[in-house]
Amino acid sequence: MQFGIFTVGDVTTDPTTGRTPTEHERIQATIAIAKKAEEVGLDVFATGEHHNPPFAAPANPPVLLAHIAAQTERLVLSTSTTLITTNDPVRLAQDYAYLQHLSGGRMDVMLGRGNTGPVYPWFGKDIRDGIPLAIENYALLHRLWREDVVDWQGKYRTPLQGFTSTPRPLDGLPPFVWHGSIRSPEIAEQAAYYGDGFFSNHIFWPASHTKQMVQLYRRRFEHYGHGGADQAIVGLGGQVFMRKNSQDAVREFRPYFDSAPVYGHGPSLEEFTSQTPLTVGSPQEVIERTLGFRDYVGDYQRQLWLVDHAGLPLKTVLEQLDMLGEEVVPVLRKEFAALKPAHVPDAPTHASRLAAAGGGHDATVHGVDDVTGASPEPTDTTSSTNTLEVTT
Amino acid sequence: MTTFHLAVITAGVTQPSSTRLLADRLTEATVRALAPSEVVVEVIDVRDVAHDLTNNVLTGFASPELQVRLDAVVEADAVVVATPVYAASYSGLFKMLVDVLPQDALRDTPVLLGATGGTARHSLAIDHALRPLFAHLGALVAPVAVFAASEDWGSVEAGRLGERIERAGTSFAALVAGHRPERRVDPFEDVTPFESLLSGVHR
Repeated sequence: MQFGIFTVGDVTTDPTTGRTPTEHERIQATIAIAKKAEEVGLDVFATGEHHNPPFAAPANPPVLLAHIAAQTERLVLSTSTTLITTNDPVRLAQDYAYLQHLSGGRMDVMLGRGNTGPVYPWFGKDIRDGIPLAIENYALLHRLWREDVVDWQGKYRTPLQGFTSTPRPLDGLPPFVWHGSIRSPEIAEQAAYYGDGFFSNHIFWPASHTKQMVQLYRRRFEHYGHGGADQAIVGLGGQVFMRKNSQDAVREFRPYFDSAPVYGHGPSLEEFTSQTPLTVGSPQEVIERTLGFRDYVGDYQRQLWLVDHAGLPLKTVLEQLDMLGEEVVPVLRKEFAALKPAHVPDAPTHASRLAAAGGGHDATVHGVDDVTGASPEPTDTTSSTNTLEVTT
Repeated sequence: MTTFHLAVITAGVTQPSSTRLLADRLTEATVRALAPSEVVVEVIDVRDVAHDLTNNVLTGFASPELQVRLDAVVEADAVVVATPVYAASYSGLFKMLVDVLPQDALRDTPVLLGATGGTARHSLAIDHALRPLFAHLGALVAPVAVFAASEDWGSVEAGRLGERIERAGTSFAALVAGHRPERRVDPFEDVTPFESLLSGVHR
């Protein structure tokens, strides 16, 4: 099982000091947090994609992730989420394949729709088309990583004729994809259809939503023949704040909770922790709560926590990562491993998928015309029929 | 024998509340008129979940206490609503409950409208505020609704209020009894197959 953190990259005033970090400080803090995640033995760092204040998350996550990849050795880099609705799938195919080469395969992608209405028109889209955009754009992205030459016509972008997305995936193996959604059964269905991973944000919402979505995904994963329902690839979000003593954690976190953009001025900290997976307490409480997630989603492959939001200072976030690395994750690794049956797979990595595919191959597509940059002819059977007729 | 599930939404905030009293009497009249069918009544007093409603608007999800009430409305065969008239319309708390109901929760559901106010001059609030709201929600709004002003409760008018409530209950019962609800589609049980999604077919 993989453990890691995900960030939304919010630039939020620290309510205890009244100080708001600059964008530059927030971006540098994000890099420090990612490097710390590797240092304390976590497996995954994922970044959100944002296009508007109050966020200093990258508009194109591979920019940040490539930078982190160059400064880390083991950390798997991912997104939380990459917007499959407002991005051109052609650019997603190219940028993430490039990241795959830069990181040596230490990456995957989590696709989401984005629920901020105003963002859509900035990219010529409409939030009401969110589901159809996610369906169509991913259908194209999926092909661009698997077919060297693509002809395409859809509803939401200009058609493609004889198009090759470059660079081709590392070792001929497309990046692993997670689909994230809170309440849309269509997205669980999409993840199941392709045999991709399904990630439930899980935070800010009651566990009943997560349970319903994961159950649907697992059932349909089996329906589409990718394996048993309990072999589907599930990831969960979580949100923690820890101190040695539970009361200290509550006392320190409360002002951040009370004025946080997401839930501030709404439910009390006590109501929110009882109704959602947010855990504010001792490392032991985080361990128990996290093990409890398995009771309603089954054995799962990836646990990511949100630890750096709501204006928490960098120093505090790094302390949280120390506690996760030293006290929480080692116990969880052992406990989850003991509970997991042998036929339930681990989270897919580049290495494990390469082994399953019987090894990799260089997938470079060489241009046939240096001047126009034209792509080679498709090499599938339909287009080679003429040649065959001539030679026989 | 048929069993009907009746949800009653009442938005009065005082104790006791004339809005609650109106809701109860509309409910009793409906239950009497539906006899001998059995009626299971679930009363949702908005005051009990006032904070939960605000939290739901802010966080996007219902507390367990609010969720059971929303479920009762969604699963009801028919709904009686009663709100005080504040500033020429339904109360804000009443509207918050309506705002957090799941989409299509009241579509094709028979609804009986009731409202209370300090003076009979607010009577038309039912027709200019409540009716358009429930039309928007796609509810089957009963033609006969009841507005109860303060003067209706404590004068010779009180007798007439009783008659109006009885008439509303009787005609609403006819609407409820004659209604065959369509089975609600559970998108998690009856999932749209991916091939349909891919070909642009959406429910």
